[in-house]
Order: sequence, then structure tokens, then C-alpha cells
Amino acid sequence: MSNFMAQWVYSPTVKDHFMNPRNTWDEKENFVPDGIGDVGSLACGDQMRVMIQVEDGRIKAIRWLTYGCASAIASTSMLSEMAIGLTLEDAYHLSPEVITDALGGLPEHKFHCSVLGDKGLRAAIDDYLEKNGLSNPYRNAVAKIVCECHNITDVQIEDLVKTKQVTTLEELQKLTGYGSTCGKCKADIAGLFDELTHIYNV
Amino acid sequence: MRFVYLDNNATTPIHEDVIASMNEALALYGNASSMHGSGRDASFRIEEARSAVADLIGAPRGSIVFTSGASEANNTVFNIFRDRIDQGSKRNRMITTTIEHPSIIEKVAYLRDRGYRIDLCPVDNTGRIRLDVLKGLLDEDVALVSVMFGNNEIGTIQPIGTIVEMAHEAGAHVHSDATQAIGKIEVSMEELGLDYLSLSAHKFYGPKGVGALAVAKGAPYIPYIHGGRQEAGRRAGTSNTVAIIGMGTAAKIAKRDREDEEKRLWRMREMLREGILERIPNVVVNGNQEHCLPGTLDVSFPHAEGESILLYLDLEGIQVSTGSACASGSLEPSYVLLSSGVDIELAHGSIRFSFGRYNTEDDVTYVLEKLPPIIKRLREMSAI
Repeated sequence: MSNFMAQWVYSPTVKDHFMNPRNTWDEKENFVPDGIGDVGSLACGDQMRVMIQVEDGRIKAIRWLTYGCASAIASTSMLSEMAIGLTLEDAYHLSPEVITDALGGLPEHKFHCSVLGDKGLRAAIDDYLEKNGLSNPYRNAVAKIVCECHNITDVQIEDLVKTKQVTTLEELQKLTGYGSTCGKCKADIAGLFDELTHIYNV
Repeated sequence: MRFVYLDNNATTPIHEDVIASMNEALALYGNASSMHGSGRDASFRIEEARSAVADLIGAPRGSIVFTSGASEANNTVFNIFRDRIDQGSKRNRMITTTIEHPSIIEKVAYLRDRGYRIDLCPVDNTGRIRLDVLKGLLDEDVALVSVMFGNNEIGTIQPIGTIVEMAHEAGAHVHSDATQAIGKIEVSMEELGLDYLSLSAHKFYGPKGVGALAVAKGAPYIPYIHGGRQEAGRRAGTSNTVAIIGMGTAAKIAKRDREDEEKRLWRMREMLREGILERIPNVVVNGNQEHCLPGTLDVSFPHAEGESILLYLDLEGIQVSTGSACASGSLEPSYVLLSSGVDIELAHGSIRFSFGRYNTEDDVTYVLEKLPPIIKRLREMSAI
């Protein structure tokens, strides 16, 4: 009957953050956020809200809510600890890999959960900058060209998905013309599109 | 910490009498196919086990083909009818349902990819087969109808007797994967008129890796594993003496205790269901509350995700399972719940509690103490 011999499903750090999540939002706290980011999709079982307070260009405080599995809870908790005190630029560059490493690793198929955490934080920073009429130099800085022939970035595609200007891969192809020259990027963009539709619940 | 194992539909602990009989059987080293004394000893005990399994499911002894489990039994049935189609049978279509075990769902997908015609009959929102749709699907080209007896996730019991009547009237043979029903409710192959039935020992306190396919007299049979005359030429391979003897013991116990167990399991299940509804707001009980396996309770907790519930319960020593995608390694939650009309978020937040003979009402009390704060906590943390 004992399962003491076997390791837990996830790393000890994940277990710790799952059992004692840091910086979760609590109604009683009256936390007033400067920026809010909502990402995720019920279809894939993860939905997340990240709220930040910003002071002197740095993340002063962070609160979050998540509907999701143990690794989603742990990765958001870890992200929240790592983000505090960072400049907005550094916070914007917190990558899923960094969060996953800090957690002592996650199973391959769980990786998208921590991808969600960094997207949530970016969305909250975008929201903060927009609300305060500030320019957003980070967004394009993290952009990666995904279709070289047509000079299309992942951020451009993300914007189109997020604002629901495109809802299918065909529409995206028509609008941007990606993949129509050398065609090398087709599989990668299809994968990216699939991930983004999950994240933004399209 | 208390340990409460509520995952008996996944597998059951081995009964102590089964362990004792298997320990004893380890000394029976003879190959059951040998003519000498050692071989005959092994063979004798195997045939005893065959009788016990046959008695348990109301079938003649000769109908039992021992297999490595229900997955092999299920695959064998579909292989028989695939082969008959290959041989030119005019009956070249099969029917099953959308909520079968993966050993049928994935077998069907594999066969369909290769051009075989197999229809998936839908179920209603309690998981019961749509008999009206089945009726429309039945025609003179149908060779096989395969419908599970009781569902492993939501526990819904199918009207097998009616299905057999309808299918036989159309001239089709009928198979039922009864893996989850054995030892929990009455299953009589002869009374129901079933042509094939699959079962697995580890679901009724027997060992893993052994099961049976029961084949009614006159029903078509084509071997799937070739290479020996074991199982009357129906399944080659040296008999797994120890496991088969263990299954025989488990079958005797299951037959002896079934009626009392059925009542006891249902009582605990209902105690848990009522307790959850009393203590936790906004809960959806999945499946069919009238036609349900006695020990199965599947519940969805909106705004709480299944894997998180499962792992928080595990930290309290309570072992359950979930239909959430997060626990499955894919992005899709349970197809059983989705095809039973359960909303996708509710499927992600589903927990299956499955009782067995070693559970007590104290276990239910313990779960009712530990579960409500876990749901409350996850809901407070939820972004929905």
C-alpha cells in the first residue's frame, strides 16, 4: 500500500510550490494592480491571470490566479517569485526555460503550462504600459522572425490571434502570405498557431 | 497518515486467498501441455480455474479462452471479424460505442485506417447507448456489435440484454467487454445470450496479466496467437499456470461474495455522493445514477482542475483518478466524459472514486473531511 519508495510525480521544488503557492491573489488583501494579464484556454485545462504593481520601472509586487494542473500552479508560483524586483525589460525576458530550470525540470508534455506563466506576465506588462500611455519597446525586442521570406515575426502572429483577426491557419496564410515562397516555415508556424489558439482560447 | 485506495476501477489489490493459491501454484512447474504427471497436475489445476471463471460468468467451461487480459480478449474479437471480412464475408461492418475501453477504441481506429467499416454508436448524456441510433445502424451487413457492460470511468451499465436481442435479430454477433462488471453485478453470459465476453483478473482481486475471452458455442473463432495447441487450439503459448490459478481463486471468491459486495459498494458510493453534495457547492455527478456500477462515482468540480485535486488528495493519502487532460499526457480530457455530453471544463475537473472490497465507511468519512477544503482552496486560486 505504501508509495514511499517512488519519487513524487514532479520535482521536490514543484511539490513545494504546489503545496505552498507563493503570491496568490487573495480577495481580502485589496491588491490594486497596475497591469493585468489574462491568458489560457479552458479547452486545454489551463487559464491564468497575472496582476502586477510597478514602481520605478520594476515589478514591485505580483499576484496571480490559475485554473490548472500542479505544474501550472507551481510554475506560476515560481515565476511570481522570480519576477519581483526585476525591471520590466528583464521581466519581459523571463522565459519558460528559465522557469522550468528553476523548478528542477518538468515533463515534456507539461512544458506549455510554464509557457503560459511568462505569457501572462508579458500580457500584464503590456497592459500596464498601455494603460499608462507608455511605449512598449519590449514586445518587438522579443519578437523572432518565423517566416524569413516574408519577414513575419511570432509577435505579429500572436497579435493577430490574440485580437481574433485570424481564427484559422488558412486565414493566417491568406493575411500574411507566410510559407508561400520557400515553404520551410510551414510546420513551425502551424505549431505556433496551435499553441497560440490554446493560449488565447480561440 | 491514513491511506484510502479509491482507484479500484484501475486495478484492485490481490486477495490474500489468491496470493496463497498462487504461492502454492509456483511449485507446479510442469508444462500443462505435457502428458506426464507434472504436466497433468498443472493442467488439472488450470481446468479447475477454467470452471471457476465459467461459473462466475454463467458460461460453459469450454467457452473460456485464457488470455493475457481483457485488452488481448478485446483485440481477439475484432481480429476474428476482420479475418472473416478478409475471407469475403458479406457481413463486413462492425458496430461499437464511443465510450469503450482504449483496447477497443484504438483497435477500431487502427482497423478503420486500413479500410474496415466500423460505426461508433453514440451514447446519451448519462453514458447509455442510444438504442434508437443502434437500431438505425443495424442491417444485414453487420457482423459484430461490441458494447461494454459497465463503463470504467462513469460506471454506466448498458442494457446488454436488449442490445443482444436487437443485434441477433439483425443476424449480428454480440461481444461485451465486461471487465468492470465482473464481481460487482450479476453477469450471466448464457442468460443474456452473449456470443463473446472479455474479462480481466486484476479487476476482481486477481493477478495482473491474465484474463479471458469467453466464446459461446457456435460463435466464430479464429486464433490470433499461433504456435501451439493450448486453449483447444484457440490461443497458443505455454499456459500461465500461476496466474490462471490465481484468477480461478479470485473467480470463486467473486461468485461467493458478489451479492453482499454489490450492496456494500453501493452503500459507500451513495454515502460519498450524498456527503459531497452536502458539503461542496456547485458539483456535478456524471453518469447514470440508476444504471451504475455499485462502486463507481464520477464527480466534476467546476473551477477546480482534476490533476490538482488528484495530487492534493494523494498528499492526504487518498488515491483516485481524473478525466483531466493534464493527467493524461495529452491536451484532450477524457473522451468518455466528452462523448457523454460533459462540458470540457467539467471534464477537466472530474474525479473518479472507485470503491472495492477493502474500503470501509470510515474511508468515506476521511474523504469527506479532506476533500472539501481542497476544492475550496483550488477554487479560490482559480482564474475562472
